[in-house]
Amino acid sequence: MNHLLELVTKPDNIPIVGLLLLVIFYSWLAWTKARKNDSQQLPDEARLDDKVQVWPYLVRVEFLAMLVVLLILVVWSVFINAPLEEPANPALTPNPSKAPWYFLGLQELLVYFDPWIAGVVLPSIIIVGLMIIPYVDINEKGNGYYTFKERKFSILTFCFGFLILWVSLIVLGTFMRGPGWNFFLPWQDWDTHKVVVLNNVDLSEYFGMPSHFPDNSLNIAASAFGFLVIAAFYLSLGGWHYMKYKNSDVVKKLGLGRYALVLGLFLTMMFVVLKILLRLAPPIFGGYPVKYIWVTPWFNV
Amino acid sequence: MISPMEKLRKTEVYKSIFRHKYEDTPRNRALQIVDNVFLHLHPVRVPRHATNIGYTWGMGGITFLLFLVLTLTGVILMFYYRPTAQYAYEDMKYLMHDVPFGPLIRNMHRWGAHAMVITVMLHMFRVFLTGSYKPPRQFNWVVGVVLLLLTFLLSFSGYLLPWDQLSIWAVTVGTNMARATPLLGHEGPFGPQLGMRPDADVRFVLLGGTQVGPPTLLRFYVGHCIFLPLIATIFMVVHFWRIRKDGGISGPDTGKKNF
Repeated sequence: MNHLLELVTKPDNIPIVGLLLLVIFYSWLAWTKARKNDSQQLPDEARLDDKVQVWPYLVRVEFLAMLVVLLILVVWSVFINAPLEEPANPALTPNPSKAPWYFLGLQELLVYFDPWIAGVVLPSIIIVGLMIIPYVDINEKGNGYYTFKERKFSILTFCFGFLILWVSLIVLGTFMRGPGWNFFLPWQDWDTHKVVVLNNVDLSEYFGMPSHFPDNSLNIAASAFGFLVIAAFYLSLGGWHYMKYKNSDVVKKLGLGRYALVLGLFLTMMFVVLKILLRLAPPIFGGYPVKYIWVTPWFNV
Repeated sequence: MISPMEKLRKTEVYKSIFRHKYEDTPRNRALQIVDNVFLHLHPVRVPRHATNIGYTWGMGGITFLLFLVLTLTGVILMFYYRPTAQYAYEDMKYLMHDVPFGPLIRNMHRWGAHAMVITVMLHMFRVFLTGSYKPPRQFNWVVGVVLLLLTFLLSFSGYLLPWDQLSIWAVTVGTNMARATPLLGHEGPFGPQLGMRPDADVRFVLLGGTQVGPPTLLRFYVGHCIFLPLIATIFMVVHFWRIRKDGGISGPDTGKKNF
């Protein structure tokens, strides 16, 4: 328990505790407002649409918010010192070495993906994916008020990405990843000597095809198999969805290009989840964790 | 007998500064906004729900406030800090132990930066949940995503500057990703085939070397203090201006004009 207290009160971890509490609070707030709006004819925001003068009705709120924020920041800064560790030493690697907290979700993905995916491709997809949201969400409802009923898919997808894949992984990376990036429960002491069996296998081995021959040359059949698995993932789920919904209004209105884009991005998010599950789930059933799905001479997925 | 205050109000100097009277009239309230370059960011009147903190959470405004706090404390920190491997850490020690209010200024900068990353994320969360990126505000959401990215980059580049173990290794972990960049990194897919080497790839450009060292410190310092704040300011100007041009704070379409 002392370890937990130490983790939670470590100066650099306080923002993450704050983030967690704020995210929970604001999710609850938004949910409450959405539920209330969904249960009535007009959203609350539409009832309050008469005009008020900015001076003083808006400016005073801004001024109070400014005072409160500055007060919190000054009190925080008076009582808690920003950390300053030993001088930089390129020859002495701390264990664990952690990226700044807001990148810990991506660092966690390094467990399941090679750096080119976790560190470069996925962040780029996240940024581009966020940017195109307004152009692919063609639902005209829910503009300017809290609602859930009118835009279930978009809200569920965004919340899954933000709350589960972004915030939770940050919390996991901060409080549950210790030396060697090994998993520890928050109250478990960080044992530097914890040994974890590394018995990951490539997916093709489950089907009797090792991805490399004993002389370490690549098994083309296993590589082709890996490619087919990934192609099948996208094509079967995507194809199934298209066959089922191709005549729906949403798909027609989106057009094939935008529809394929949304579907591809959504399936990629699911693929990340799938890869995590392939690593974490098999040991529960006595199997080997999956390292790669697709092995090639140039990159592995 | 007229009061000194009234006398003052009649002077040429006072009248040249304050262009209108302060009696409580709708006209004076409007002038209070439009005659002030800073408050002029606002429209004169807003729908009532826009003043409700439960709707906006105030996160956009708080983010901007934190940016201003960071600019101010950052400039003060620059007086005491030299971005060289020889002096950086010593300057930090000096700042934390000998400079009057040094720890307060540095703490406000550090904690304010962490808080800004959080408020940017919450602002984006709120904008999403209220559907405020929908027409006509699509492009302003894109500008907002760029600002989110710039906030991460600002925070990340500042992380290195204390030049202690925490900063050098956090930045090492972060920038190690760059070597795996497809095509452009020496360990990325098709990087070696395109002639990428540890001393000639995208990570080398970022760090000014093959590992995080003195040239990296200078690069990150210049990026953190000049380049990134400048770019962020430009995008913020566009972001705020677009809020007004896109019809002010989002709200349900009730058929009334919103600006």
